Amino acid sequence: MSVQQFMQNPWSNWMKGEGPDADIVISTRIRIARNLRHHPFPLLATDSQAEEVVRHVASVGQTEEMRKAGPFELIMMDQLQPLEKRVLVEKHLISPNLAEESRKGGVLLSKDESISIMINEEDHIRIQVLLPGFQLKEAWETGSRIDDIFERYVNYAFDEKRGYLTSCPTNVGTGIRASVMLHLPALVMTQQINRILQAINQVGLVVRGMYGEGSEALGNLFQLSNQVTLGMSENDILSNLYSVAKQIIEQERVARRYLLENSPVALEDRICRSYGILLHARTVESKEAAQRLSDVRLGIDLGIIKNVSAFVTNELLVLTQPGFLQRHAGQKLSPEQRDERRARLIRERLAAQSV
Amino acid sequence: MNCEECGKRPATLHLTKIVNGEKTEYHICEHCAQEKGDVISGFHNFSIHNILSGLLNFDPMAKNSFSSSLNSQTTTHKPLRCETCGLTYAQFSKSGRFGCSDCYRYFGDLLDPLFRRIHGNNNHIGKVPERTGGQLKIRKELEQLKTQLKRYVETEEFEKAAEIRDRIRALEKKIDQA
Repeated sequence: MSVQQFMQNPWSNWMKGEGPDADIVISTRIRIARNLRHHPFPLLATDSQAEEVVRHVASVGQTEEMRKAGPFELIMMDQLQPLEKRVLVEKHLISPNLAEESRKGGVLLSKDESISIMINEEDHIRIQVLLPGFQLKEAWETGSRIDDIFERYVNYAFDEKRGYLTSCPTNVGTGIRASVMLHLPALVMTQQINRILQAINQVGLVVRGMYGEGSEALGNLFQLSNQVTLGMSENDILSNLYSVAKQIIEQERVARRYLLENSPVALEDRICRSYGILLHARTVESKEAAQRLSDVRLGIDLGIIKNVSAFVTNELLVLTQPGFLQRHAGQKLSPEQRDERRARLIRERLAAQSV
Repeated sequence: MNCEECGKRPATLHLTKIVNGEKTEYHICEHCAQEKGDVISGFHNFSIHNILSGLLNFDPMAKNSFSSSLNSQTTTHKPLRCETCGLTYAQFSKSGRFGCSDCYRYFGDLLDPLFRRIHGNNNHIGKVPERTGGQLKIRKELEQLKTQLKRYVETEEFEKAAEIRDRIRALEKKIDQA
């Protein structure tokens, strides 16, 4: 296994398009923040202290238990070209913060890319588990297992009153951030989304775009996650998120049925029009691509488009990001060149499927 | 002193305005100040929110000069700092990031309002590291056993006392190994 494989292969476990409620929930993610007791947090650490943390965490990655759970490959940020880092961000394997801001930042990546353990991000250790579909419990169990292994080898910063201590006060306590990526085209089309988003903020959950904090909700993709980490058990955090997500999923299904029953022609037209554009366009911007792919994905889920798999639309969402396009081309591209390559790539992928 | 505008009400706001190096002083009442809005436009943005964050001495969004000046004022006479990493409370309230795990201990209860505001809560419930959790449990058990031992010795039930003593030894060994 080499770093190159992570770069060239756009395929990641989470894009499978499988799993429970996969027609609406693209992926589930759990992130667990942990720190070492006797080291300053990354913000204040000197280079040599940060290196020590890397050595410590990497050595745990070499243990028998971790090999069984992985195996894991250590990738240091300073070994990577900016484009390569971007590819890992676009695949959701590392955070933008680790790629751009970290000093002596690194990641232990599992072979199937479902587990990434970031080192020297905002916290010393950030365990991320990313699974396809709606799998909160499974993701937490996997993450918690990795957490237990680490605990055997490192001394965690933990306080009886405050719980797991983190660099930012918003993560203290359980240190977990659980999130689900929801595809909600029908709620957007029927203009119910704003009402729902407002309600969500009132129950201690947050909604963000596909690439986390500050990112726009492109392609009708919304990331729903918990805000509170202190004073609630992991179980309560997860079941709270679970039940709210479940309700939104139901609402989306109702909205889809409503559209199918009340304006079937308009809906089919929109879906097939987008499919046609993607099959034939010669240049397409990323924003339009995301929107059209969302339409196609909805068409697949509703059985209107039959010969394309959900996996392809998930894959294309990542493949058509700027980093990936340029990586694929092997060079830096201007925005115009990217739009052209994006259109070609989508055409080829969709054509390959529709035989 | 009466208001310079209306001359009727007492002046409660005293403002200094400097335009091109020329200093002008205003002494006006609140009523006229509201009508003369432009003079004190800064005050309109000063909401209850700023006051609260000033009191809490923590505002991650602090861009407002009012709240940051409040911050520095309230912290200068009592420079609280984490002895382990040297981060001061003022630095923490500016960056919103702790320097090391000991900051939590040094800033202690001062953090309560902050946590309550973010999480609605101060105390952790949920997962505990097995090592910590296990040790805690053992320590509590040890305490109980030791009081039991004392009681048996006092009542001269030496057989039972010996039994307890062995259990205490076993637990102490367990802690040492961990």
